[in-house]
Amino acid sequence: MQEYVLILISTVLVNNFVLVKFLGLCPFMGVSKKTDAALGMGLATTFVLTLSSVLSYIIYSYLLQPFGLEYLQTIAFILAIAAVVGFTEMAIHKTSPALYQVLGIYLPLITTNCAVLGVALLNVTENNNFLESAFFGFGAAVGFTLVMVLFASLRERIDASDVPTPFKGAPIALITAGLMSMAFMGFGGMVH
Amino acid sequence: MEGWFISITAAILIFVGLALIFGLLLGYAAVRFKVDGNPLAEQIDKVLPQTQCGQCTYPGCKPYAEAVAKGEAEVNLCIPGGTDTMILISEITGLEPKEMEANEAEHKPKETAFIDEDVCIGCVLCIKACPVDAILGATKLMHTVIQSECTGCDKCAPVCPVDCIDMRPPSISIENWQWPEPNIIPTVPSEKISESTINSNLNSNDTDLIYNEKTTEGDSK
Repeated sequence: MQEYVLILISTVLVNNFVLVKFLGLCPFMGVSKKTDAALGMGLATTFVLTLSSVLSYIIYSYLLQPFGLEYLQTIAFILAIAAVVGFTEMAIHKTSPALYQVLGIYLPLITTNCAVLGVALLNVTENNNFLESAFFGFGAAVGFTLVMVLFASLRERIDASDVPTPFKGAPIALITAGLMSMAFMGFGGMVH
Repeated sequence: MEGWFISITAAILIFVGLALIFGLLLGYAAVRFKVDGNPLAEQIDKVLPQTQCGQCTYPGCKPYAEAVAKGEAEVNLCIPGGTDTMILISEITGLEPKEMEANEAEHKPKETAFIDEDVCIGCVLCIKACPVDAILGATKLMHTVIQSECTGCDKCAPVCPVDCIDMRPPSISIENWQWPEPNIIPTVPSEKISESTINSNLNSNDTDLIYNEKTTEGDSK
């Protein structure tokens, strides 16, 4: 039990995928203008990440490994991720059209979100078992959502404040992301 | 010889199988989560006043809702709906609320049509023009407006051949009475104010109460 809690703490705070491992930066910059959209994106990614890390674990250990086909893992994982993303997109389009409109192109782009494939591949390299994979994927997604919402809230406040003209828009956002990354380095060494 | 053959066959079979499973899953999801029309446009259409007045430059409320859903139109074009509808639309779409462009729609309280019943000739032209069936009457008989139904779209006034329809603010009652607005710097000339007080069919006691400050300031009553 303690092991799973440690995995969660590790992936959410210490080894945060966005701010420490620098994976999934595209939606981090793209969908962080509004807190609502950031939260929606985070939840969609949470769903995709958890499901795809479990799926890719099953595919890897029950289909690829017995036949010695580990070298095909990337293609197999992308296939699983694309299917889950396609499913999520249809579900969101039906249940929440406004969120679908706000997320726009970033929703199908979860397929190529390197955090999603990164989690699947890291699960393999770290020899995680089924439950560990699920917790690893879920923790990574929670960390992603947390950082997205924090960053979107910061950007909403920055929009309302007096930023020097050369720094307006993307530059101040990048500086903010850098400062957030430095802040998250403070967790370094707590858990592996 | 046999080893690589088996492994390649296994690879092909596994990937075909995976593709088949995921294809079936997505096919099922496409049927299960089928979206009819544009749900966003329908949500917007529900909050529009349905006057079909065309003041947004679209032929009706539904086309305007579809244009907003596609992102082609601004959220602030519905004049009969006013600021309230604009805020509702921006909440549904997640777009930024915008000030109403037509200033009159925002500043004037909601107006409704009044038919001067002494002048009306019973031509039924305004009945045909009314998008919400708020005008009551028959050929060669006097017409009148059902005030609770009138949305103030101003479509009936131009078609009246004897110009007996004018737009007036609703009469003041206990339900909609408000404190008079603070009148620090008079921006409207005093003649205009007294004119409008005469025009409006307010209860005379209420009129005195509300326009007390304004009329005492102006020299002519």
